[in-house]
Amino acid sequence: MTSPSSGEAVAKSSSGGLGWLLEQRVLLSIAVLAVLPWLLPSQALAVNVLIYGVVVMGYNLLFGYTGLLSFGQAAFFGAGAYFTGIAIGRYGVPWFAAVPIAVLLSTCLAAAIGIVSTRTRGIYFSMVTLALAQLVYYVALQASSVTGGENGLRGFTVDRINLFGFPVNFLDPVNKYYVLMAFAALAMWFQSRILNSPFGAVIEAIRENEQRARACGYDVERSKLIVFMLSGAISSLGGCMLALHLSIVPLDLLHYQTSGMIVMMVLLGGARSFFGPFVGAASFLILEDVISVWTPHWQLFVGAIFVLFVLFLPKGIWGTLLDTLRVGKARP
Amino acid sequence: MSGELLRVEGIGKHFGGFVALEGISVSFAAGQLTSIIGPNGAGKSTFFNILSGALTPTSGKLHFRGRELNGLPQHRFVHQGISRSYQITNIFPDLSVHENVRVAAQALTVSYDIWRDRARLTELNARADTALEAVGLLAKRGELAKFLSHGQQRALEIAIALVSEPQLLLLDEPTAGMGPEETKDMVALLERLAEKRTVLLVEHKMKMVLGLSKRVVVLHHGRLLADGAPDEIRSNPEVRRVYLGQSEGYG
Repeated sequence: MTSPSSGEAVAKSSSGGLGWLLEQRVLLSIAVLAVLPWLLPSQALAVNVLIYGVVVMGYNLLFGYTGLLSFGQAAFFGAGAYFTGIAIGRYGVPWFAAVPIAVLLSTCLAAAIGIVSTRTRGIYFSMVTLALAQLVYYVALQASSVTGGENGLRGFTVDRINLFGFPVNFLDPVNKYYVLMAFAALAMWFQSRILNSPFGAVIEAIRENEQRARACGYDVERSKLIVFMLSGAISSLGGCMLALHLSIVPLDLLHYQTSGMIVMMVLLGGARSFFGPFVGAASFLILEDVISVWTPHWQLFVGAIFVLFVLFLPKGIWGTLLDTLRVGKARP
Repeated sequence: MSGELLRVEGIGKHFGGFVALEGISVSFAAGQLTSIIGPNGAGKSTFFNILSGALTPTSGKLHFRGRELNGLPQHRFVHQGISRSYQITNIFPDLSVHENVRVAAQALTVSYDIWRDRARLTELNARADTALEAVGLLAKRGELAKFLSHGQQRALEIAIALVSEPQLLLLDEPTAGMGPEETKDMVALLERLAEKRTVLLVEHKMKMVLGLSKRVVVLHHGRLLADGAPDEIRSNPEVRRVYLGQSEGYG
């Protein structure tokens, strides 16, 4: 029989060009995002796709790849945004330092929520994450001297930034988009890194069969906690991007409706696919944009479309598309 | 090839008021195939779950290679050298056959690494392929595990347990639900495995067990009823009364 390395090569070449393309997923995704402002009707929409895409991508690590349905991802999205705003506005930290600080603090929050929630399973996990995320919401609401309470966090702006010696006008939408895209690219590289690693195999094994993963010698609880933290870290980076973009942090970011929206986006785009979260975020935001022009009850229509997706396209837009291409190419 | 590998001392397991196992003391030497038999409800599965760490015994002690295993969490048992397969097929359905085995091999070395490429861990890939070859599944390595036939999934089940190079391999009814052809293949596989390793087998098919094993342990109502070579078990009146007589039809 062939050696494993040549076996691997055979397996790859049999899927043809698609297999090669999928290996370049980070570069391809960056290429698509780079032209996004010219594909979408508005720059503002493109920036939102970028931000929500990163948040949903982080969530996909938890939901799509590990199979943990959390209803509390808004906590980390919001935490990233609040920590960034507070660091800049209250402590005068420069923006490029505020982002890693915010991600680090949000990851600590994810550790705290993860320690409690990953001990539970199934519906209990969903409910515990929901409850703890709501706790974060009420803390932000009550601690108004720090967070601005109901009015959201204000009083910090990032207008001119210094990029390796070059002053850049951050109020210019194109500049802003590409600076934020660099963060999205970093997040995508990191996500791809995790998925390609041995740990990426562990979380998939846990999703497929928790009991067997444990019998194979994996500490399932510890692995779930680690992936919960990694997922929170990536989603919080989306929050940092939002704070830099808006220069305010609305309290609603922490609300459970945001968590629900994140779940809808990942299902629309396709859980368990690398680029699906960006497709899901784009579809959701475009639907919202288009339908809210002619009716204030846009959520009704988005909800109906969502239900149709769950019923007829459970793999989402991107997941279904990839499946179709695979069936066409593979299996000689 | 002698030397004690596993010693079980007065193991008991109670579920509330129900006594599943009581006072089981038995020891297993390295390098032979031993079968554990008994009628339904005899406590075989409970015994296996205790040996693989899935259940904690209510009383008694486990010694493996001179080390006490009591209190060790289940996922550490593989690291000690005890690996198991399941009665109900228990694989990773949406992963490829190769990845099913590779991920099991990986558990002993690089679980939490996020900086390396798993495709480049060639030593693990090779070990997975060796295990697949041992059970005759190498040709199916690229397929999703859920598309394998029942017999092939049972073989994959064993490859997953085998790839950790266990000192003690626990197999829970490897021929469950198999037709005669598939059973024949599995018996041949078990014979090959038993040449080099210590195997503990739970089985229902009596003729198969008596032909295959060096030693047979009989459980009944949670207690040890008999323990000896297949011939002794076959002629033991107690065993005939509780087990053999009623299951002649099992083949």
